[in-house]
Amino acid sequence: MANNVSLSVNGKSVSASVEANVLLVDFLRDNLGLTGTNIACDTSQCGSCTLLLDGLPVKSCSLLVVQADGCDVITIEGLASETVLHPMQQAFQDNHGLQCGFCTPGMVMAGIGMVERRRAAGSGLPSDEEIRSALEGNICRCTGYHNIVKSVAQGAKTMLQGEG
Amino acid sequence: MSNNASINGGVGSGISHDSTKKHANGTAVYVDDIRVPENALHLYAFPSPHAHAEITAMDLSEVESADGVALVLTADDITGMNDVSPTHSGDDPLLADGKVMFQGQAIFAVAADSLNQARAAAQLAKISFKPLPAILSINEALAQDSFVFTPQVMAQGDAEGELKNAKNTLSGKLNIGGQDHFYLEGQASLVIPQEDGDVLVHCSTQHPSEVQTHVAQVLGVERNAVTVEVRRMGGGFGGKETQASPWAALAAMTAQKTGRPAKMRLVRDDDMIMTGKRHPFQISYEVGFDDAGIVTALDMTLVSDCGHSLDLSRAINDRALFHADNCYYIPNMRVTGLKCRTNKVSNTAFRGFGAPQGMMAIEEVMDQVAQKLGKDPLAVRQANLYNASNNTTHYGMVVEDNVAPEIIAQLKTASNYDKRRAEIEEFNANNEFVKKGIALTPLKFGISFTTKFLNQAGALIHIYADGSVQLNHGGTEMGQGLFTKVAQIVANTLNIDLEHIKITATNTGKVPNTSPTAASSGTDMNGMAAKLAAEKLIDRLRQFAIEHYGVAEGDVKFLPNRVKVGKQTFSFKEFVNAAYMERIQLSATGFYATPKINFDPETGKGRPFLYFSYGASVSEVEVDTLTGEAEVVRVDILHDVGRSLNPTIDLGQIEGGFIQGVGWLTNEELFWNDDGALATHAPSTYKIPTMGDRPDIFNITLFDNENMEDTVYKSKAVGEPPFMLAISTYRAIWQVTKGNLDAPATPEAILKACGEPS
Repeated sequence: MANNVSLSVNGKSVSASVEANVLLVDFLRDNLGLTGTNIACDTSQCGSCTLLLDGLPVKSCSLLVVQADGCDVITIEGLASETVLHPMQQAFQDNHGLQCGFCTPGMVMAGIGMVERRRAAGSGLPSDEEIRSALEGNICRCTGYHNIVKSVAQGAKTMLQGEG
Repeated sequence: MSNNASINGGVGSGISHDSTKKHANGTAVYVDDIRVPENALHLYAFPSPHAHAEITAMDLSEVESADGVALVLTADDITGMNDVSPTHSGDDPLLADGKVMFQGQAIFAVAADSLNQARAAAQLAKISFKPLPAILSINEALAQDSFVFTPQVMAQGDAEGELKNAKNTLSGKLNIGGQDHFYLEGQASLVIPQEDGDVLVHCSTQHPSEVQTHVAQVLGVERNAVTVEVRRMGGGFGGKETQASPWAALAAMTAQKTGRPAKMRLVRDDDMIMTGKRHPFQISYEVGFDDAGIVTALDMTLVSDCGHSLDLSRAINDRALFHADNCYYIPNMRVTGLKCRTNKVSNTAFRGFGAPQGMMAIEEVMDQVAQKLGKDPLAVRQANLYNASNNTTHYGMVVEDNVAPEIIAQLKTASNYDKRRAEIEEFNANNEFVKKGIALTPLKFGISFTTKFLNQAGALIHIYADGSVQLNHGGTEMGQGLFTKVAQIVANTLNIDLEHIKITATNTGKVPNTSPTAASSGTDMNGMAAKLAAEKLIDRLRQFAIEHYGVAEGDVKFLPNRVKVGKQTFSFKEFVNAAYMERIQLSATGFYATPKINFDPETGKGRPFLYFSYGASVSEVEVDTLTGEAEVVRVDILHDVGRSLNPTIDLGQIEGGFIQGVGWLTNEELFWNDDGALATHAPSTYKIPTMGDRPDIFNITLFDNENMEDTVYKSKAVGEPPFMLAISTYRAIWQVTKGNLDAPATPEAILKACGEPS
């Protein structure tokens, strides 16, 4: 049975009629052409499909579109203009925080989610250990995570203090 | 930015790779991201529920009539050959024909308007099986003489005789587990039908030419009707060398039969169940040694579990044999390789390609010898190293570029090995349940494909009349930074900024008959081919200047981003345009075949490698002997990449390879149940390292060295070798358990090895 849903995706209103079993990640990729959100494990274990739902990082491969009805969705494509990167994206570029890049959008979104939580809680800059703990649900098979932690640390600093 | 002093992004600059920005903003396109036309079909392959069975009846009528289904494919629908074996051994059917050989083997495929429809339809199949006895372990295979290929022996001296004469002897066994690649991007292919029945295959593969070959073979057409393109992969690690073909072939069959685009992406569980992995090995050895710990004789057998078919198992098992000496000279050595056929998914290439298992074997021997003599394991290792007079391997190659002794000495000092080892001994004496261990292991890894014909590469470079350059070669990009390194090489050779060089997708229509991007050889071979192509262009341009401007050869100088001809200086762009106007060909191919190499499997002798890469690592671990949990607290690495083409990329490879190796030897356990079903087929049960597993202290240094062979800008390969640095982590844990430890050293295995607390 089709359901009518309305949600905001990267600041634009989207209304659609979707079957109840359609996953949010498939809807974004197949219907809206937003292919930056990747599918890797299909079972919400790896974090490649992480996006922000009402400001919080969620794994979109195990969330139905109907669950996102009325929500505000931000994907990797919604962070920045074509030319200027979001500070967290810029940090991954600056620090070689990736190799094959498949996990990167999820890492960036999870990193931003962590920083926003800290901003709301007033808890300041994260330590490397706090970054590792916050992003343990995002896996990378290429790097040893060193540059990812470095990237998130730089991104957090820029986001919270406005400097590189 | 043009600069008169030097170019931007040349060889040696530590730039991040070319797609970094696109990865960060989500615009990098993988196969699954390519926009497909509305009428595209999506495929699902039905996996065998049995490890070994005869198919006695198959009724797919309900599958065919299910919602959205356009086509159902069985072995009978294959117009060409029903085989996708990489070495043409004929034992890798695309679709099962009458019998199944492993749990997960594709029996039939469904193409439907959506993947969900295809999957749902496949469940309606009515198949009857007559189960057959299945071989599910190395021991069962050995007992039944079940092998995929003949044994290989490599030997020097008289191992048997000298074992009898040895002052001390020891024998032992070691079981080593396999490993799933867990590339983040699963297997994926998209086939677009072309005119004349041709197909364009977008495929996530390390071996486009093999996918082309297999697709053509299955369709029953010549290879010129099949074009394979790969822009990038979301990780490969060897898992997309031979394992990409079946899915591309099924999609190509669908495209050919329906005229509609067809896509096949394996969901993770199917990917883990249906595709091959690293080979589990069983090692047994008998070693003879003197009181100083010098190994005088060694007889070792390396048995691999190849799964149901040959795939690349011959070369993989051989590479294990080639590395069973690691850095050590053993005058009387015999190593035998046995390749078992079991009813499991066919094991395949994975970073290291057998060498990790071979090195694990000899490093076990070193620790056993040291333990028996009560010596520092590092002292025993150092005493056995190749040196100037003892430098011939068991396969007859002379080790000419040995830097292992220097690397070990430098790392030993830099990591404070002696002091820390003493502190650890003290710590262990004062702590009953938590114990520490430290180990230093070296590595020597042979570079070149041991299958000689694969050591060839091609490149194609165009300079356009505006001075911009397009670069293509046979190597594929899987995140390792190959495309960037080769572009840096071309920038250097043409002496222009990197930003003018456009990197293009690997395409069988541009460079034909390519070898897989494997054996760590991607940069060595494709970089050299590209350099040769660029040099051809420079030669042509120089000749043009001499003739057109009437100057001597020495008066033409290619300076950064400009060309000096006599007293005139042109920008590269102006100069190239002038050459174009004078009808100079501005496109060139380059071809490289690795020199000096040969190996004769009959005699087990030769020079299979152009050179060796070296490295060493020290790991310190802390083990809770009551829970079996081990934590890697500190790692120090010193690694040889020759003259680094790009230190940022090389350090990333070293770090990533090491951590992947630690995963193999600690967390990552593949578990098959008694029916031959893989129980650990998702990341919920199969644990690759996460962010929290990184050692607290992790120092990586590049060893100052240059390749003594004539490699591209004196660099060395880096892809696989660092994986084997992780052996020090396993050896450090072993220092705590003092033996009885199979790999992976999971908490369960460690607890078992520690035994009951007294």
